[in-house]
Amino acid sequence: MIHVVDMTLLAFLALVAIAVTRMTNLFATSVLTGVYSLLMACIFTVLDAVDVAFTEAAVGAGISTVLFLATLSLTTQREKPQRSPNWKALCVALLTGGALVYGTFDMPHFGDPQAPVHQHVGPHYIGVSPTQIGVPNMVTSVLASYRGYDTLGETAVIFTACMAVLLLLQHEKRRDEQSTVEKKPDKEAMEHAIILRVQSKFFIPLILLFGLYVQFHGDFGPGGGFQAGVIFAAGIILYSLVNGLDKARQIIPPNVLHGLVAFGLLLYAGTGLASLFMDGNFLQYRALAEEATHGEHIGILLIELGVGITVATVMTSMFFSFSGRRRS
Amino acid sequence: MDLIVYYASWALLLCGAFLCAIGGLGILRLPDFYSRQHAAGITDTLGSAFVLIGLMLQSGFSLNAAKLVMILIFLILTSPVATHAIAQAARQSGLEPKVVAEEDEA
Repeated sequence: MIHVVDMTLLAFLALVAIAVTRMTNLFATSVLTGVYSLLMACIFTVLDAVDVAFTEAAVGAGISTVLFLATLSLTTQREKPQRSPNWKALCVALLTGGALVYGTFDMPHFGDPQAPVHQHVGPHYIGVSPTQIGVPNMVTSVLASYRGYDTLGETAVIFTACMAVLLLLQHEKRRDEQSTVEKKPDKEAMEHAIILRVQSKFFIPLILLFGLYVQFHGDFGPGGGFQAGVIFAAGIILYSLVNGLDKARQIIPPNVLHGLVAFGLLLYAGTGLASLFMDGNFLQYRALAEEATHGEHIGILLIELGVGITVATVMTSMFFSFSGRRRS
Repeated sequence: MDLIVYYASWALLLCGAFLCAIGGLGILRLPDFYSRQHAAGITDTLGSAFVLIGLMLQSGFSLNAAKLVMILIFLILTSPVATHAIAQAARQSGLEPKVVAEEDEA
């Protein structure tokens, strides 16, 4: 029975991928990429990888679709027609694809118990995590403690991406801020969307509350800093979509936002430094408290908070800088 | 009693599935944007509500049922608003509803 579900989801995935390549309307394409992410999230759920499914649903289907649409509002909705096929590009794509498919022949079969992942560190983490870390959600203990360096790297990547976006879009935005004439029609357009406003007033607190729940419940169930950050950012983005960008900027001034982007990453790295100064290695949280598992709990809480703050503010400031620009 | 609940839940699930299928058919077949929006609205609200209530009966009085109630409330509150927002956005961008049926739609 489970195979039927798998097959259906994978078939839909392939269909959506083909549809994305065939479409010329970029608006439809970006919505379809959201559908693709949602299907991926379903597949991850079927595979019992709820944490990854959560991230995929929040980031892929949620925020990145919104960012795509915000970009499209700056550019154009239609793909530029390209009549003559580019044979060189086709050759390169076919060769690379062929090489990748050839590479998969050496990989272990799907679900093979003899695969190296199931032989080496996997069983070790599963055996040792409950006593060493003491966190019920093993994904969190691997992500935050055993693989703390990798997660620090990921957070740094998100931070760098945000810096790049801000550098590319910032100076144009300044010019717009001086001309306040353009902004009024946008505001009035949303003014009579009263149903949306009432609805969002009801839902934004719930979204933020859910974000906090995901943030601090990540040790026990699916969730953690990445998912919580995205959910929190979704709440703020919803607010700025309904009430206009200016009001949202008044609530969270860009200076504070940009400061928090750096603060999250610094909190993460600072936790590592703190454990370094308390007779441990970098990011070895057990040095943070007398008892080893207690120290791990404190460390995981702090670095998840750092990840959450960075992700939420990066997503929000990216959205602000995308939608703060007017179409030229 | 159990048997009644079991059959009732299946009846509701099938009803929901039927409504979802109708909604899908409607999106494909209905003539203009606003009537398609109506079809999509059926899938969002009534179809999913029937499916969720059917699943509630399946799971009995448990935590899962409580979660399903939450999802149902969330869907009932958000889906009509989403439909409304999409229709209003279309109206504001100047899309007129087709009032008279044209020959090529028959």
